[in-house]
Amino acid sequence: MNRHAPHRNSRLTALTGLAIALIALLTACGTTTSGATKPTASAPTALGANEGAVSILAWPGYVEDGSNDPTVDWVSAFQDETGCKVTSKTYGTSDEAFNLMKTGDYDVVAASGDASLRLVAAGDVAPVNTDLIPNYAGIYDFLKLQAWNSVDGVSYGIPHGYGANLLMYNKDVVTPAPTSWDVVFDKSSAYKGKVTAYDSPIYIADAAMYLMKHQPDLGIKNPYALDEKQLAAAVDLLKQQRPNIGEYWSDYLKSVQSFETGDTVVGTTWQVIRNSLAAGTAAEVTVPSEGVTGWSDTWMIASKAAHPNCAYAWLNYIASPKANAQATEYFGEAPSNQKACEFMTDPNQCATYHAGDADYASKIWYWTTPIAKCVDGRTDVTCTDYAAWTTAWQEIKG
Amino acid sequence: MLQADSGGPVPVPRDTGARRISVFLSRHPRLRLSLLLSAPLFWLGLVYIVALAALLITALWTVDTFTGTITQTWTLDNIVTVLTGSLYQTVTLRTLGIAVVVTVVDILVALPIAFYMAKVASTRWQRVLVIAVLMPLWASYLVKAYAWRSVLSSDGIVDWLVAPFGGQTPGYGLPATVITLAYLWLPYVILPIYAGLERVPDSLLEASGDLGGRTGSTLRLIVLPMIWPAIIAGSIFSFSLTLGDYITVNIVGGANQMLGNLVYTNVGAANNLPLAAAIALIPIVIIFGYLAAVRRTGALDNL
Repeated sequence: MNRHAPHRNSRLTALTGLAIALIALLTACGTTTSGATKPTASAPTALGANEGAVSILAWPGYVEDGSNDPTVDWVSAFQDETGCKVTSKTYGTSDEAFNLMKTGDYDVVAASGDASLRLVAAGDVAPVNTDLIPNYAGIYDFLKLQAWNSVDGVSYGIPHGYGANLLMYNKDVVTPAPTSWDVVFDKSSAYKGKVTAYDSPIYIADAAMYLMKHQPDLGIKNPYALDEKQLAAAVDLLKQQRPNIGEYWSDYLKSVQSFETGDTVVGTTWQVIRNSLAAGTAAEVTVPSEGVTGWSDTWMIASKAAHPNCAYAWLNYIASPKANAQATEYFGEAPSNQKACEFMTDPNQCATYHAGDADYASKIWYWTTPIAKCVDGRTDVTCTDYAAWTTAWQEIKG
Repeated sequence: MLQADSGGPVPVPRDTGARRISVFLSRHPRLRLSLLLSAPLFWLGLVYIVALAALLITALWTVDTFTGTITQTWTLDNIVTVLTGSLYQTVTLRTLGIAVVVTVVDILVALPIAFYMAKVASTRWQRVLVIAVLMPLWASYLVKAYAWRSVLSSDGIVDWLVAPFGGQTPGYGLPATVITLAYLWLPYVILPIYAGLERVPDSLLEASGDLGGRTGSTLRLIVLPMIWPAIIAGSIFSFSLTLGDYITVNIVGGANQMLGNLVYTNVGAANNLPLAAAIALIPIVIIFGYLAAVRRTGALDNL
């Protein structure tokens, strides 16, 4: 065929040999570093002097020092007050936060409920002694010691703020105004191609919450504690929904745009998305009769924190009424501190986000990481964990 | 001996260490070659072979789902999952289909443009057109993808254009993905074909015409065989770039996902690096297969 062929073959052989040698080398390196960390850290009983620095990992808009907007700054006051210099990094998804915490570079993390239990399980965060945080007393009681911020009655952090995944619909297209999530599940074919859903495995909980009311014989007590059969039912529901989905969203700006253009007319949303819509967009949000899922964020401390005293100082500061008001108002969510509403610049802020409305808050199923040990307390079955949900979610999307 | 050849006295060089090495190397061409090649090959090995080997090795590990740490025990589970899972088969076929359609569309669009640039336009216009083709590359990928998102939206310009004729925008989905990717990779297909056409002498086209060849037969029998390697080169760009893409389908693909999305969610959301590595092997295998097929056609011989 080609007179160079023999040379090519010998070169190929040489390269293959090189590759094999490298694989052998890497294998030799690889097998020596296994071993997982177990949660062993315990909470301190007293604090020492501040270390002069603290490193924070948080959602965008949670740690603002005025560099993004000179008028938005609650970090400088903390630095002046405590002498702890703040370095911060933002993340885009709970999964990214989970991976970043593994580096051990951060003292404090603001984690949503779908990351917090995983962080605890991986031993990346330590229990928090709330007695050392005076402002903890001002936090709404219905946010304390919940499934997403504590394990066996041990607090793993300070509540920051919360919000709900609401149902948003286009008033011109979706009539009459929906009162149930059935417009995105059983009756979604009426809006084929214009339905949206949140693009994350945690959205399976929305389907499970719907099934709690509509198929009670499945016995779902908590949408984050699903056994094999219950997960399969939720997955089936989402697979029926799939052909009617126009697009899934995880970037909230994408969702804002598609509601404005009319590419999406109904689907799950956040209050901040509704607030961001251009004036004149015929969209409304509602809390359907089945209830809503939501998120409640927690400030947690790394188990190997290099600056634990400054970390406690930050947790205390961010739980104070003023800082809590500034941070939650800037992001667009309900604050966790009972007195935060007095410090909001917009007097309607707390009403918009239903701050302190225990009845509203009780309707919210807060994001909780699904783990094998059922979070609803069942011990006779093994629940499906987040990895199973992730696999299921990929299969739903197809 | 040397003196005899040159016919005059040549000063005998001093016997230094460098000279001895030089003499030794000149007598051992194979050693010389391997030393010359070792530096670039070392780099190539580091960047490509080690990266690929690391990917392969990672694919053979598993993740402890509880703590999220990688367990370095050898298993073929991930590879088996990827080969047998219906999800991966569906997504692989979809990705492959998109890559083929994007490549065909790009070649069909690029051929007339490149022909006009190389053979019809004046030198002055040629330069203008090359700049025009390159211009979109100055804009960010994301800007272009989001631009298509608003162009294809239901109150976008496409809908406005075709509405009078009773049509409507394709909306977000696979057609939108194909359109956007074809647009994004078009310069990479036009440029090689343009370069290939530039190397086709005008005299050949004239000779064909003089001998009675019609335009169609000239293009088919003279031009096409000559620019075939260029077309293949262009197709490699659009095909391989599409196989690895996951951002465009996220922006305009509606609810669809491609192989890249599976890799992305397994690294980001699922924290399952080994499975992501196993999935990443699929496009690598496909592109190796494609290159092997291309090589059999002989299109790479002149590159």
